Amino acid sequence: MNEVLVTCAALSKRYGSKPALSGVNLQLGRGRIVGLLGPNGSGKTTLIKILCGLLQPTGGSVAIDGQPICPYTKSIVSYLPDRMYFADWMTAADLFDLFADFYADFDRNKAQAMCVSLGVTPGDRIKTMSKGTKEKVQLVLVMARKAQLYLLDEPIAGVDPAARDFILGTILTNYNENGTVMISTHLISDIEKVLDEAIFLKDGQVVLHDTVDEIREREGKSVDALFREIFRAGNYYDGGVF
Amino acid sequence: MEWSFSDDRPIWQQLTEQITLRILKGEYPAGSRLPAVRELAAQAGVNPNTMQRAMAQLEQNGLAVSSRTAGRTVTDDITVIQQVRRERAHEAVAQYLNIIRELGYCQADAITFLKEVLQQHE
Repeated sequence: MNEVLVTCAALSKRYGSKPALSGVNLQLGRGRIVGLLGPNGSGKTTLIKILCGLLQPTGGSVAIDGQPICPYTKSIVSYLPDRMYFADWMTAADLFDLFADFYADFDRNKAQAMCVSLGVTPGDRIKTMSKGTKEKVQLVLVMARKAQLYLLDEPIAGVDPAARDFILGTILTNYNENGTVMISTHLISDIEKVLDEAIFLKDGQVVLHDTVDEIREREGKSVDALFREIFRAGNYYDGGVF
Repeated sequence: MEWSFSDDRPIWQQLTEQITLRILKGEYPAGSRLPAVRELAAQAGVNPNTMQRAMAQLEQNGLAVSSRTAGRTVTDDITVIQQVRRERAHEAVAQYLNIIRELGYCQADAITFLKEVLQQHE
């Protein structure tokens, strides 16, 4: 098991002529909760999709647990997409079967317990569920795996603030100590206190990667406030490379 | 007591302060066992690593002791707790004096005001 879980070196991705990521260098350790923060179109989803093998990078390299993206890395990555991809006639319990088939590390008992605590009835069909409940089901599926890297793309966008706290609590109590959780969002103030590290993405580049405590100590302000400052002023933050 | 955090300082420092306050208030009595880091982190809605750092600071301050068998406990040395309590009281008074000074009064006034308010409360 590698000490460093994720390494990106000079990673870039273009969609046609449009660059989505350019020259991303990144290292993530284990047992961390990392916020991937940036405005819309900054490359958050692109980076996550490359890490889980849904997109091929245009240049540079990626390694997870020391290996390039391959069936092994896919088996240790648990991915929460930014949209629902399940057939809506299925019930949450059907999805448990599906996940148990696909992923050896899926823990059905844990999924069931999480459903109870989130107030989701596993027998309900997806199509009868509210947007927030669907998101909760997806989160349950993803967090009930004993993965090493959890990639959560906008996990709290569609739920009310009370449910947000609950979902964050679920993430906090369900990731394993060897695992790292990467959460992409622009709702920073909601997740700031659960994060170890923050990565700021701007126009496809990492402009800041540091621990949340370090940022607060150095800047005397919250990560949320710093984010607003950087992305409002329109100039890059220099320094603070982690 | 609810956990609350301000924006301007690291969260672990604020956690240390708030747990210290709980110890001083007797919510976590001297010699009693402190909840596990993960449990406390979940309660406060913070990252377990952040809570761990706050706990390490409490140990450094002498308020918490960790032992192999009993987990982490509040120190049973009452004098340490009393000393921190006094420090806290002094800090509160210093804050009061600062505000009074900013309002343009002198220290003698501060004492007068204190007496006045105390009398009103009697």
